[in-house]
Amino acid sequence: MKPDVLIIGGGLMGFSVALQLVKRGTRCKVLDKDSAGRHASGVNAGGLRQLNRHPAEIPISVAAADMWHNIESLVDSDCDTRFPGQIRVAENAEDMQLLEERAAMVRGLGFEHEEIIDRDELYRLVPALAPHCKGALICRNDGYGRPFHALDAFRRKALSLGVEYHASVRADAIEHNGNEWCVSSEKGEFRAPVLVNCAGAWAARVAAALGESVPLKPGAPMLMITERLPRFIEPVIGAASRKLSFKQMQNGTLLIGGAHMAELDFEHQTTDMDWAKLALSARTVMALFPQLENVRIVRTWAGIEAFMPDNLPVIGRSSRSPYAYHAFGFSAHGFQLSPVVGKIISQLILDERTEFPIEPFNIQRFCKR
Amino acid sequence: MKDHYSLVIVGAGPAGLAAAVNAAHHGLDVALLDEQPAPGGQIYRAIESIPAERSSLLGAEYQRGSELVSVLRDSSIEYYPDTQVWSLNRKLEIGLVCSNTAAMITANQILLANGAMERPLPFPGWTLPGVMNAGAGQILFKAHGIVPADGVVLAGSGPLLLLLAWQYLHAGVKIKAILDLTPVHNHLRALPYLPRALLAGHYLMKGMAYKKELKRAGISTLHNISELRASGREQLESISFRQNGRQHVLETELLLTHFGVIPHTQLSRAAGCRHDWDSSQQCWRPQLDEWGNSSIDGILIAGDGGGIGGARTAEHAGRLAALEALHQLAKIDQRQRDRLGRKDRKWMREDLHVRPFLEAFFHIPGKLLRVPDDGTIVCRCEEVTAGEIRMAVANGHSDSNQVKFQTRCGMGPCQGRQCADVVENIIAATGGDSIARGGHYRGRPPVTPLTLGQLASLYPEEKE
Ligand SMILES: Cc1cc2nc3c(=O)[nH]c(=O)nc-3n(C[C@H](O)[C@H](O)[C@H](O)COP(=O)(O)OP(=O)(O)OC[C@H]3O[C@@H](n4cnc5c(N)ncnc54)[C@H](O)[C@@H]3O)c2cc1C
Repeated sequence: MKPDVLIIGGGLMGFSVALQLVKRGTRCKVLDKDSAGRHASGVNAGGLRQLNRHPAEIPISVAAADMWHNIESLVDSDCDTRFPGQIRVAENAEDMQLLEERAAMVRGLGFEHEEIIDRDELYRLVPALAPHCKGALICRNDGYGRPFHALDAFRRKALSLGVEYHASVRADAIEHNGNEWCVSSEKGEFRAPVLVNCAGAWAARVAAALGESVPLKPGAPMLMITERLPRFIEPVIGAASRKLSFKQMQNGTLLIGGAHMAELDFEHQTTDMDWAKLALSARTVMALFPQLENVRIVRTWAGIEAFMPDNLPVIGRSSRSPYAYHAFGFSAHGFQLSPVVGKIISQLILDERTEFPIEPFNIQRFCKR
Repeated sequence: MKDHYSLVIVGAGPAGLAAAVNAAHHGLDVALLDEQPAPGGQIYRAIESIPAERSSLLGAEYQRGSELVSVLRDSSIEYYPDTQVWSLNRKLEIGLVCSNTAAMITANQILLANGAMERPLPFPGWTLPGVMNAGAGQILFKAHGIVPADGVVLAGSGPLLLLLAWQYLHAGVKIKAILDLTPVHNHLRALPYLPRALLAGHYLMKGMAYKKELKRAGISTLHNISELRASGREQLESISFRQNGRQHVLETELLLTHFGVIPHTQLSRAAGCRHDWDSSQQCWRPQLDEWGNSSIDGILIAGDGGGIGGARTAEHAGRLAALEALHQLAKIDQRQRDRLGRKDRKWMREDLHVRPFLEAFFHIPGKLLRVPDDGTIVCRCEEVTAGEIRMAVANGHSDSNQVKFQTRCGMGPCQGRQCADVVENIIAATGGDSIARGGHYRGRPPVTPLTLGQLASLYPEEKE
């Protein structure tokens, strides 16, 4: 049966959009050139972070946090989520001042989720931390989930409600013939009146096929994971003036990220680790947790993600067609936003408006004046 | 250690030793890296330090190693024992840990001579303490003179099982039984290869001699065994198995199993070399030309790591790969390479005559490879069972990587070394697919774990 909406990209964004649409009775089809979760959505760090978001993202991130806290009602699985908070530590007086300014700015926007904690509370929450830290910024209802499980839950729920999904189908040419889109692939043609571009790091190609040029840069942030350890830390840790994201996962392993990039061969979808940068990450971890010196790293990897020059996503209607929509460019922080993005795009398609402030994510911001 | 060499060789077994000696002989600067504390590889393990008495128990084939190793000691080769290679890429960068410090070195040519590992084959109870690989039993014997005190049952399929039984017999170990899981119809499968195997008949003769001696000593080998199962509460107490339709139970606290050997492909995989499924050897092996060149320029592979051929073949292949490295580095021209390699090529061809026969004779039944029992653990690190893997496949996770993401199978410290092939076999069987299409785990370096402290010691000049 011909779908009402054709979604390019079977990552979290694609399935989140499909799920919200099918819940409102819309027939959807999702295409992915690889397998579900092969890219950013399946291999990311799983961080559910409102903390330290760009002001433009705060409203949707806060809405997404609400959805994550009730994720089981949406996808019948808790996606292995935990909410022990996320913390950004200050290692010196300047760090502390930066964080205080940040907290004041967020309060000024009318939000309460980020707060300053002093040294005593920091060490109460994170006794394992090296003793030199001064205090921190915290978001107490932040946390983390397990990305591949989340994606699997979204996919299975969407499929159970009737969404059609085709793996190993790459959308190549895209044409509009007056009243519907025709997407061709090596596996045949797919038609639908409405098209959604959730193609992650490849979204610029889809946008280009719609006549829109966007300055998307694919990048491959690296992560590393250690052997399992007895639980010694609850919240997710970042630092005010270092590249770090550090958490002990559900099973006791430590997941270490630092926004450092692997060398990416985009054509072949392969990455080479940059060991000099991973060594930096290791030194950062040891500065904050010197007791981890002999812990073994068992794996490192990188995921391919879409980065925009302003690190803000593109979410909204195409500038070229009222029947095409974009949701891409999440610049390494889209996991947390994924549930609300589905809501936004489905509202735009079905209600022609959304309750969320999405103007900052308009694709037109990249149009040359 | 320097940060660059003309030739870096990984592995100081027969292939690596022969290659290093040959290359150094022609004036190349060579670094030879090995994770073990002493040269010799698996087969000649502890060759320099072993007491004479134990060495003679291991047989003449073992003693051959001393010659190779003494040449190494007299050469200009920079030999680094206790050195773990944890990464390799197509830019010919080698990540290693030596004396608890990590380093990244480069080479113009790299020879992987890192040998074979025992084929992991899960069966019910295989993770119980008291169940070990025959290879591990042999290592304990060679390196430390440790043999089972209270007797042992040997089970599986393959020449090593026989060799170990013979060595144990001579060391005075009580062998309670040898359970041969090779199906009888393999005899038929192997028959067509017999004439060619007879050209390397000394291998067959040796095998027969071992068998005869074991028989004379009153050790019973039970053939055509299936449904092997190890049981016990905290540790192995008994094993059960089926023979000719009848169920048997044997009490034992130690079971050594062996199901053949397969190439160690972690490093060649990490570098991105292309691999093919070899249905005769029932394993993946890197694509190699006759000189040992892999699909990546500058990476050569010799010995069992390139496909199972045994120690003699490994030596020949090592010398040939060294010639190829010399040729690539313009130390010798092609004509010299061909001339210098002629004998080794001939001997290697002759040595390999026995292989097709052995491979057919010890062909592991597909049913065993597919781990029929749902409750059997496949991934020891993460304790994932065959049933969980089949469940993931049923839920639409149709390749190894998806199964890994879903179940954590292969995400432990062994990096999937132990379960990769098993998972592929299970997926292939579930989906009616061929193993070659099921796909392999994507490599996630480091190939072997390295500590945060070791990683932190790398590139000390790099700043945020
Ligand atoms: C290493 C890493 C760590 C991260 N950590 C976090 C974190 O802690 N918290 C957080 O919030 N976010 C994090 N992110 C970001 C987050 O993972 C992404 O923003 C999010 O998953 C994007 O989802 P997506 O569906 O847009 O992209 P993807 O998951 O990449 O999905 C896009 C899909 O589109 C398919 N596709 C592309 N082109 C075509 C075509 N022409 N035809 C068919 N299919 C096509 C691709 O194959 C792909 O599967 C991280 C990202 C990475 C890489």
